Amino acid sequence: MAGYLLQRLVQAVIVVFAMSVIVFVGVYAIGNPIDVLIDPGATAEIRENLIRQYGLDQPLWRQYLVFLGNVAQGDMGTSMVYNIPVVDLVFSRLPATLELVLVSVCIATLIGIPAGLYAGYRPDSVGAKAIMALSVLGFSVPTFWIGMLLIMGFAVQLGWLPSGGRGDEGSILGLRTSLATADGWSHVIMPAINLSLFKMGLLIRLTRAGMVEAMSTDYVRFARAQGLPDRQIVFRHVLRNISIPIVTVFGLELGSTLAFAVVTESVFNWPGVGKLIIDSILQLDRPVMVSYLVLVVVLFVLINLTVDLVYARLDPRVRLRGEDA
Amino acid sequence: MTNAHADTATTTGGTIAVPSAAPRETRADRWRNFWADYRQSPVAVVSLGVILVLLGVSFGAPLVSPQDPYDMAALDWMDAFLRPGTTGSGGYVHVLGTDNAGRDMLSAIFYGLRTSFVIGISAGVLALAIGICVGLSAAYFRGRTESVLMRIVDLQLSMPAILLALVMVAVLGQGVAQIVAALVVAQYAYFARTTHGAATVERSKDYIEAARSTPLPTRRVLLRHLLPNVMPPLIVVATVQVASAIALEATLSFLGVGLPLTEPSLGSLISNGFKYIHTDRTWLSIYPGLFLMVTVVAINLVGDQVRTVLDPRRSR
Repeated sequence: MAGYLLQRLVQAVIVVFAMSVIVFVGVYAIGNPIDVLIDPGATAEIRENLIRQYGLDQPLWRQYLVFLGNVAQGDMGTSMVYNIPVVDLVFSRLPATLELVLVSVCIATLIGIPAGLYAGYRPDSVGAKAIMALSVLGFSVPTFWIGMLLIMGFAVQLGWLPSGGRGDEGSILGLRTSLATADGWSHVIMPAINLSLFKMGLLIRLTRAGMVEAMSTDYVRFARAQGLPDRQIVFRHVLRNISIPIVTVFGLELGSTLAFAVVTESVFNWPGVGKLIIDSILQLDRPVMVSYLVLVVVLFVLINLTVDLVYARLDPRVRLRGEDA
Repeated sequence: MTNAHADTATTTGGTIAVPSAAPRETRADRWRNFWADYRQSPVAVVSLGVILVLLGVSFGAPLVSPQDPYDMAALDWMDAFLRPGTTGSGGYVHVLGTDNAGRDMLSAIFYGLRTSFVIGISAGVLALAIGICVGLSAAYFRGRTESVLMRIVDLQLSMPAILLALVMVAVLGQGVAQIVAALVVAQYAYFARTTHGAATVERSKDYIEAARSTPLPTRRVLLRHLLPNVMPPLIVVATVQVASAIALEATLSFLGVGLPLTEPSLGSLISNGFKYIHTDRTWLSIYPGLFLMVTVVAINLVGDQVRTVLDPRRSR
């Protein structure tokens, strides 16, 4: 187990380094950020000074080493556009994104799992077919277009909800969040629904598949023979058995919800990290691009590592297979 | 597809003894059987028809659209923001209205759909080719090659496609070739994983052992014996991946990091329409979005049915 753990850790570190090199070199190969930053009328001297200030006169490998050294000290550079440290910038935007992801995950779970259970319990009913058709739509219709339709319908035509932005913040237990105010909720609900659709489709399908399979197993037949009511069979026995794969996929998908927030945040003008990365790509704000991408890679590697380790802990077969687990 | 490997084995020289249990299916028979099964779902048949029509109008865009949306000389500012159904200065009806530059939306959508198809299909085909190479090599050579290749693939699969595509776009910049490259990087791993899975199963079967014991070159065993038998699941993945490539490209273009409006894809058309979302000019974003949705959903439905038909567990 210790060997396996070490092996996975080393792999994770290698991956993070490799990705940071790719992102760094790639991002630094495009465009000259000085041209974006500087007034074209500026003197050559000011230009030179700025280039030196950002370390852009150094060779690439040295810039990378400087970057690594700074990262080790918790300094990810300074945004060229906002002129504040990237770490502060990202952390000031992170609560908004987490808030959005949290609400959308709750919506997806509260609707997706019951709908999936029903669709699996009565697979031939009209309701089940409607649910499955909707899940296909949630899967395949691009998020941004649904978001746009939501804005058109509920914000522009009906005027019920605001079309974008985060709304008033309040504080719960010392945390500043817009979930503490009614205005904040009115802002978060539409983007959260938008972001939840894909995950909801996935959950419906997973739950339904598990349910259909479970309903034909011996333990369900036995429970029925015992005369247990269906409600009890479904919620007491089946749900517990099918929850393991659902929770796994759900955990893995949490990371992808963060990534997909990029799209939703852009549509609803939500001031989170996703909007930040798109803006920084458009404005060639290199330090922000590199930091965001590297941070997200680290996040994903950590999630995968955790899932692998939890699996190895839970399932002896994974542990025995060793390297290709 | 039960007789698939019997067919391929005999076509490669006839030196290998193949047990022939059932009378052989010819290629035409197989297509006929496939179609008979496919037809069982009316929804899938309609979807296939829709895709063919969309392919027709998009690749025949110069013939069927009333206007060339790239020809700036043909555009008239007086025609800007005409409602759907209005007759413009060109003397014809703008069925879906016009945009801020006086561009006929229907024509722009046909041309945009073509860009979307070209990008989606070329990304799908390239990703398929690369994925097959990676997956087959991993399954065939095993050992270190396999563990390194599949580790990379697994890692990529664990990251959402949109994130990989964003990294690639940030690195490569904008344009058709760059977008295709970004999509290939984001998607080849699905093909590699599927190929590897199917090929690992096939690899331990007798016909591959037999082929390997002959002096046939490795390349031939891989491409003529192994590959045809791992194709069915790949076809399904390919259909779905083309749809998701089209959706992903539209998303990137919508975010402003994909194609510029001078090369309109459906995504950039919707993105342009999004600017007018607070006005009543809803046709600018609704219609290109409808075309995008219908395209993506239709491809997915076809993929679903192909999966059902090719599923080996399904009884004929």
